[in-house]
Amino acid sequence: MAEVTMMKIGSVLIVPIQVELHNHAAIHVQEDIIQNIEETGVRGLLIEVSRLQVVDSFLGRLIGDIASMARVMGCQTVVAGLQPAVAITLMELGLHLEDIHTTLNTEMGLELLGRLIGDKVSRFETENNSEEEGG
Amino acid sequence: MKPESIPSVEIVSSEGIVVARQKVRELAVNMGFSAVDQTRIATAVSELARNILVFAGKGKVAIFALQGDRKGIQIVCEDDGPGIADIELAMADGYSTVKSLGLGLPGARRLMDEFQLESEPGNGTRVTVTKWL
Repeated sequence: MAEVTMMKIGSVLIVPIQVELHNHAAIHVQEDIIQNIEETGVRGLLIEVSRLQVVDSFLGRLIGDIASMARVMGCQTVVAGLQPAVAITLMELGLHLEDIHTTLNTEMGLELLGRLIGDKVSRFETENNSEEEGG
Repeated sequence: MKPESIPSVEIVSSEGIVVARQKVRELAVNMGFSAVDQTRIATAVSELARNILVFAGKGKVAIFALQGDRKGIQIVCEDDGPGIADIELAMADGYSTVKSLGLGLPGARRLMDEFQLESEPGNGTRVTVTKWL
């Protein structure tokens, strides 16, 4: 089973997807990411896809679903590094990913996430370092 | 001229989808297809192979290198599944019977140069797609 490494940096969870995911692995990644968002309380999710040579409608939908789930969890998603050939193919396939923020690379992705979540997060972190109370 | 064939890929699980698109990409690279075309072909195969798995449970993907006057790649995706009752509807963007995005068949047709679908309810489905070099 394919393992996907996740890194938490500040308020952002970075998930590089570098392997060919088959169905089960892909669904695991989805669950792992959402669980990780809950555990770490990150406000931003960066999905790095520059190594992916194929994004078919299944994977495209999965990424869209992850972004929707993350949003419900109060987390903004940026997809970074789509290869040009993949971008062209996605459009022709009919998958427009209109609701998803995308950037050319990871660095720009982090910058965008910083703007999307920035001020509130830093204020939250300085004012409230204690753990959140359970609901 | 008889097309050159790579051993066909059995699609019985989602690993087969990955193998099929890797094999077709490898051939596309060797034949000199552009990076974008490599991705178009691999993505189309991914869609069609997934259809086999989702609708028929199993089937196969045969990949041919066309080496005649016109060079190209042809892929034949076959299954003995339930077939398609309304082909026109199945080819419509966004139509799906399985809560997917409904882009598989129309998307694969857009990504390839030629697209042929043969299917009858109860008699399986065969999709033949071609990309010219």
